Amino acid sequence: MYDKGKVITGLAIFFLVFTFPFWSNIGKTAPMPERSLDTPVLQEMAREAGLDLEQALKEGAINCVEDKDYIVSQHMHLLNLWRDSVVRSGNRMYAGAFGKRHEMSLSKSCMNCHSNKKDFCDRCHNYMNVNPYCWDCHLTPEQMGTASDAEVKQ
Amino acid sequence: MNVWASLILSLIAIGAVATVGAVAGAAVQFFDLSAAAWLFGVVIPYLAFVTFIAGFIYRVTTWARSPVPFGIPTVCGQAKSLPWIKQSRLESPFTKLEVVARMALEILCFRSLFRNTRMTFKGGRPLYGPNQWLWVIALAFHYTFLVIVIRHMRFFTEPIPGVLKLLEALDGFLQIGAPYVLISGFVMAGAATFLLLRRLAFANIRYISLPNDYFPLFLILTIAGTGILMRHVFKVDIVAVKAMMMGIVTFHPVAPMDIGMLFYIHLFCVCVLIAYFPWSKLMHMGGVFLSPTRNLPNNTRAVRHENPWNYPVKVHTYEEYEEEFREKMIEAGLPVEKEAAEEE
Ligand code: HEM
Repeated sequence: MYDKGKVITGLAIFFLVFTFPFWSNIGKTAPMPERSLDTPVLQEMAREAGLDLEQALKEGAINCVEDKDYIVSQHMHLLNLWRDSVVRSGNRMYAGAFGKRHEMSLSKSCMNCHSNKKDFCDRCHNYMNVNPYCWDCHLTPEQMGTASDAEVKQ
Repeated sequence: MNVWASLILSLIAIGAVATVGAVAGAAVQFFDLSAAAWLFGVVIPYLAFVTFIAGFIYRVTTWARSPVPFGIPTVCGQAKSLPWIKQSRLESPFTKLEVVARMALEILCFRSLFRNTRMTFKGGRPLYGPNQWLWVIALAFHYTFLVIVIRHMRFFTEPIPGVLKLLEALDGFLQIGAPYVLISGFVMAGAATFLLLRRLAFANIRYISLPNDYFPLFLILTIAGTGILMRHVFKVDIVAVKAMMMGIVTFHPVAPMDIGMLFYIHLFCVCVLIAYFPWSKLMHMGGVFLSPTRNLPNNTRAVRHENPWNYPVKVHTYEEYEEEFREKMIEAGLPVEKEAAEEE
């Protein structure tokens, strides 16, 4: 090989740069974050259905406004639709997938059940570096004093 | 190859790749086929990555083993000469530092593309004028590609470094939609489309375009298209994507999840792209560093460029020749420089 020193240095840099995801994670684990559904409102809904929370979720006695898979991947889109509907058309009621009507409100509907933003929303959002600008204007449960997160309460 | 043949061949190839990805995604989504998920979500990504790294190193070392027989920098400026003649240091580098500066400008700013000219006829006379479209679009394409790859590192790092967050915030500062539009994704898709149209629109470029020119473009367009669709239209569970990718990079692969057909097409196309990379024209990424026309100094009048394949040549000098044939030469009446020994 000609210019051995230069070629090998170049290849070493190439190798280090492209294997960055591997060596930067040595000794780490990053399991999928878990979203906590343990909030007073959801507990209350389970109690009303005569079940404990886990069972109620499993059996579909408690549901979000739409199917869970849809909510996981599309909730941001749904919130945008809600915003447009409320702000542009003044229509505040949403017919959910499970035969209920919901007020299209982040603070009053979503955060009413999910009063634990830190243990619910933030876990995945931090994992994925998602920083919704919703909270630039809207108050978080913590700011409203209705938060139910373990850490926030302490 | 005829343009139709080239296009049809490369379209068949990209169609096959996308179909395989789609079938894998469908197998996971609708038939819960975990074997397909493992194959396309774990095994093939590992194999593709190893092929990329090993193939890249292999290609570079084969190039580095080929001798460069002549000093052949291609320059376009005044070479270093007499002290009172001004040297063009960047165009015609003499020292190592000047070579590095010239290379850096070539690699970071695509300087030789900037010099692109285009001939037109004005009143029957050929006219050469500057033509920087290719330069602008190529820069846009390569830099947005880089930004996208760096941004994708959010799937491969935990916690996510601050620079990645900053980059993503800048890229998304238009704040259109949720998740918000990332400018680089659309610019790259647009630039790649332009690069494809360029090959199709100009007869002379169409003439020299082959399936191996079209295929990488189709591949990249498919990757960009599925990526944009995943972000803005048929959203996927990106938390599951990250969990899967972190499993791969920590060598503790988790069972791949049902993330949707688009994701499996995206991922499989990326695997094909990186596995194909070392064997294709995309290797210009490594090749640009090894181009003798760029990385040699223009110092051939000061420093002898030793041809590395020179070997000690066995020579037969005239003295030795005469020594061998002197008697026969004298017999034949040929002039010799030294008379035969016996006659003295
Ligand atoms: C050559 C490599 C790749 C290119 C050029 C590429 C390109 C893109 C583009 C243009 C987008 C649209 C959004 C954006 O601009 O970020 C995107 C999104 C996406 N890509 Fe890739 N991609 C590549 C590799 C990968 C890999 C290896 C994965 C596996 C984790 C991946 C997973 C995703 C996902 C999940 C999305 C949707 C992101 C979201 O919703 O925010 N991509 N990709």
